[in-house]
Amino acid sequence: MARAALPGRLTWQLATVVEVAAETAQTSSLVLDAPKWGGHHAGQHVDVRLTAEDGYEAQRSYSIASAPEDRQLVLTVERLEDGEVSPYLVGELRAGDELELRGPIGGYFIWRQADGGPVQMIAGGSGIVPFRSMLRHRAAVGSSAAVRLLCSARSLEDVIYREELEPLAAGDEAFDLRFTLTREWPEGWTGHRGRIDQALLEQVAFKPADQPLTYICGPSGFVEAAAGWLVAGGHDPRHIRTERFGPSGA
Amino acid sequence: MEALDGNAIAGPLMEYFGSEMTTASGACRHCATVSEIAELAVYMPGLGAVARCPTCGKVVMVLVTIREELRVDLTGFALT
Repeated sequence: MARAALPGRLTWQLATVVEVAAETAQTSSLVLDAPKWGGHHAGQHVDVRLTAEDGYEAQRSYSIASAPEDRQLVLTVERLEDGEVSPYLVGELRAGDELELRGPIGGYFIWRQADGGPVQMIAGGSGIVPFRSMLRHRAAVGSSAAVRLLCSARSLEDVIYREELEPLAAGDEAFDLRFTLTREWPEGWTGHRGRIDQALLEQVAFKPADQPLTYICGPSGFVEAAAGWLVAGGHDPRHIRTERFGPSGA
Repeated sequence: MEALDGNAIAGPLMEYFGSEMTTASGACRHCATVSEIAELAVYMPGLGAVARCPTCGKVVMVLVTIREELRVDLTGFALT
């Protein structure tokens, strides 16, 4: 007799890679066909498990880049040069390959239509991934929640999803999209330069009086600094949700 | 080593408890600060994970996999 998965129980499932699409020099999106996928909330993640021929296993978490409404599950993975898992996912995985994953996982760093707005999103590098899911979800459900996304990247070429997000923002007065470039900027760049700091946040983020729901995702130091500046600027820490990522140490 | 947060152990905790745990709250047994699990400072040195109270920094939770079985020591964290 087949054992049915219990609701809420996490079970490993196989997904088939439909496409590996390069997003930037360091990141690729894995488009997956996951027949047993039961849906997710925008902002959740999955655990991916790789098993070597000798049985050695490595497991990592990746944010889901697709909206709940999207037909296929998409993960966007940044290649960490000394990583154990990401170089395989970004460099060696091909269409037709199978990938073992489980999820959706997490209930803290999510945005649902009922959460409303205004929503302040702050992304460092590939910290933009869960925000793509939230923004696609917001568009799919026709939410009018005001949202501002401030994204920090080394250069314009390193901004993930720029070609998708710019038209989305251009056609939506309630969606304010800003990039700040920390290392290189194109000629004639009129956007923000340098790392996110308190002055930039005070200039472009929602004010404490707007009572925004704030999400910050990025490397640990980035998240720590951004959250610290917001709290110092008078934002209620209870309305700030953070998600840190980094080398797992393994 | 830089700290991650409780989101990083969402999968193992869901595996262990059978439900989403990162929005569950608990009190640090050392300083009584109440945190959601997602807010804990999490270190993953490779063999497992150590979660520390974001306020006092003391260990509130340890996760380790022994012979393919996940074990969770929650003695520092009183789930509410």
